[in-house]
Amino acid sequence: MNTTKERVKVMKLADLPKQIGKEVMINGKSIALFHLTNGDVRAVLNSCPHKNGPLAEGIVSGEFVFCPLYDWKISLVTGEVQKPDNGRVETFETQIIDEYIYVMV
Amino acid sequence: MKKRLVMIGNGMAGVRTVEEILKRDAQSFDITIIGDENHPNYNRIMLSNVLQGKTTVDEININDWDWYKENNINLLTGEKAIQIDRKNKVVVTDQKKHIGYDELIIATGSSAFILPLPGSDLEGVIGFRTIEDTEKMMETAKKYKKAVVIGGGLLGLEAARGLIDRGMDVHVVHIMPTLMEQQLDKAAANLLRKDLEAQGMKFLMEKQTAEICGENRVESLKFTDGTSIACDLVVMAVGIRPNVAIAREAELEVNRAIVVNDHMVTSDESIYAVGECAEHKGIAYGLVAPLYEQGIALADHITGKESKGYQGSILSTQLKVAGCDLFSGGKIHEDDQTEAIIVHDQFAKKYKKILITDNKIVGIVLYGDASDGNRLFNMLKKQADISEYTSTSVLSSANAGGEEDLVTAMSAEDTVCGCNGVTKGTIVQSILEQGLTTFEEVKGCTKAGGSCGKCKPMVESILAHTLGDKFDASAQKLGMCSCTELTRDEVVAQIMEKGLKTPKEVRNVLGFAHEEGCSKCRPALNYYMRMLRPEEYEDDKASRFVNEKMEGNIQKDGTFSVIPRMYGGTTTAEDLIRIGEVAKKYNVPLVKVTGASRIGLYGVKKEDVPKMWEDLGMRSGYAYSKSLRNVKSCVGSRFCRFGTQDSLGLGIKLEQALEMVDTPHKMKMGVTGCPRNCAEVLTKDYGIVCVENGYQIYFGGNGGTEVRECDLLTTVKTEEEVITIAKAYMQLYREHANYGERTAPWVERVGAEWVKETLLKEENIAPLVECFEKAKGTYQEAWASVLQDDKKKEMYQVVRN
Repeated sequence: MNTTKERVKVMKLADLPKQIGKEVMINGKSIALFHLTNGDVRAVLNSCPHKNGPLAEGIVSGEFVFCPLYDWKISLVTGEVQKPDNGRVETFETQIIDEYIYVMV
Repeated sequence: MKKRLVMIGNGMAGVRTVEEILKRDAQSFDITIIGDENHPNYNRIMLSNVLQGKTTVDEININDWDWYKENNINLLTGEKAIQIDRKNKVVVTDQKKHIGYDELIIATGSSAFILPLPGSDLEGVIGFRTIEDTEKMMETAKKYKKAVVIGGGLLGLEAARGLIDRGMDVHVVHIMPTLMEQQLDKAAANLLRKDLEAQGMKFLMEKQTAEICGENRVESLKFTDGTSIACDLVVMAVGIRPNVAIAREAELEVNRAIVVNDHMVTSDESIYAVGECAEHKGIAYGLVAPLYEQGIALADHITGKESKGYQGSILSTQLKVAGCDLFSGGKIHEDDQTEAIIVHDQFAKKYKKILITDNKIVGIVLYGDASDGNRLFNMLKKQADISEYTSTSVLSSANAGGEEDLVTAMSAEDTVCGCNGVTKGTIVQSILEQGLTTFEEVKGCTKAGGSCGKCKPMVESILAHTLGDKFDASAQKLGMCSCTELTRDEVVAQIMEKGLKTPKEVRNVLGFAHEEGCSKCRPALNYYMRMLRPEEYEDDKASRFVNEKMEGNIQKDGTFSVIPRMYGGTTTAEDLIRIGEVAKKYNVPLVKVTGASRIGLYGVKKEDVPKMWEDLGMRSGYAYSKSLRNVKSCVGSRFCRFGTQDSLGLGIKLEQALEMVDTPHKMKMGVTGCPRNCAEVLTKDYGIVCVENGYQIYFGGNGGTEVRECDLLTTVKTEEEVITIAKAYMQLYREHANYGERTAPWVERVGAEWVKETLLKEENIAPLVECFEKAKGTYQEAWASVLQDDKKKEMYQVVRN
């Protein structure tokens, strides 16, 4: 079931502020991009598994984001929704090359 | 080498069994589940709630599709197993698949029994068992009027209630003289029927259906006594029949259902049966609690765990039909072995009967007040000796305290959630070990409350009781969020004492559990910091909730609202035209006057938000903020013949003086020109009633989920005094309330008297007003600020490839 992944150049790392999510459209998918305070860049589908809340607008704490609609807590590393809720959001690999962020979709 | 475990059936009993197996041994089995419904495992009991409009199909899934993937279960849905080849240990499906097994579980459940009457195959004749049935009923209710439910048992009454809720005219037909004769004696059944009739349900008792009449669709029912009734929908709720055809054809031992021993093994030692399709000691159960017990016994056996096996269950029932509280368990009819304690209060419509044999409770029937059900049932199960009790003390809980004391009296082994077999001990342990604080969390961790939901009050009592005990024992208070045990007051005191300058420092120095906080303390600390040090602290956008970060209310679909300031609800022709033009230019889906007397543009795409504000050139209405929302004013003396003062003018002055400054929660104010109170000010955070010689000042009101009427502060003579006191009041609220606390609960908490005393002391006013003005001076209008800052504008942009 594996389709080959595409590496897409998205934006300059310097243009992505820390702790504030950014919505990016890649090949028609809305993806939420985050620059964490520890320097990591993480990407998840911009849609909470609960009721499709835009995760890019959520408050970021460490490696977690809180969905702005119903406050579900989601790991930006694994995509897992934290207890007591259940679910998982799709995650995407990112790379930094020459100061640009690339996302694998 | 993994063992191949195949299960025919994807319902509650079977999937629970698989969960229990995985809990014990997640490695040894390769699991395949074959289910003929096109859904993952859902809570069939909740179908009544779906029909009654209390929940939706989406919300009743117990295991979602992801659960199967995460547990490496090969799930086939919409596919039916049609043959078991025991010799070759293969299951054949209707899509010609051949699935080999080492161990096989049959969990095929039951189907609704459709009476084999002439006309039973007409359109509009259905059972009430599946999501499909429920959706058909909901659809039918939209187009047709008359429904007949055949069967006055538990399920039939639930169906009837649901159809009434959906607007249908409903008759219940029952062959016996009283309702629910499996659970209720005559007295309780009559009380139930009276209550249901009061809800609009109609009954045709002691009637047996002979024929269902109609062309293609049902039109009427004919009974054996010659009478008939017109109808558009017939729901058969006359019982369920275990789905045993596949077992019978495979030559397993089958009576009414598939015969199993205490370990749920059939007459073939590699094949098991669990749930409604299984028959244990002559009984095939139709309620969920025994089926879950069977699942546990089977899981123990399959994973090689020592166990006594399933011993059979004593059943209890709680009816979920609105307004009708009933509980029954054990024996319900007297015989020559039993003695009864009966209390029948016809006036209050309450009935309590307890049957006793040899000083032990053997049966319980409660109607009207079933809160004692679980307590008595626990005594029944434990075979408690009641010879020490008087009749009245058996019948009533020890104190009048209700749930609270019931919880205290329960031992750890007592069952709280009958449907899922969760004891008090398990719940308390989870609360303590995992720091649970809400019913939802307890449900998530233990499954208590996850099936019929009736035990929710008891679970909440246990929470209060468990956390309350902790409180007494170690004098801990509930912290301001899950990151800390410190309360808001303690945190603020520490910030001032230690001179902490940023929320990050606060979290570090005070030892918050998460370095970057959580969705509760990030906005809260940002607020407290700015309130304590308005001129020095730089506001952190990343710590603001999305509405305040984006200066617009996020809507359910991720769009935003754009709501300009409209002081006093007044506007001009030019402004109206400009708003209209902007609405047209950006194709705004909804233009609506808000409850706060201004015009709102809804459904705005994130990227358009800053552009629209630029085109509008207006101030933000702060309709999303934790600050002053608006001051609602009536027209007042400018035009109204009853206006004693210029309420509109005062309202506008207040709005301009107080806007933009962060407060612990939103504030809504009002000024009304006379006591007729057209501006509805007595449920506002700060409300003014103009009178002949001055202004009455009110505070602490709230018109939301919990309505609170204002307290009167004082009456003053001039507008200046109104505005000065408003500033002092706002500052007092800013300094003392918890973030997220409206003025109403704050006033309740600190006392209206304290607020009054503080604000009526002359010497308190000037310092409060000074602090307020200092803070106000640090605020720039939201959109002027965003539009001149590229970094802020970038937040609205979507990067596209």
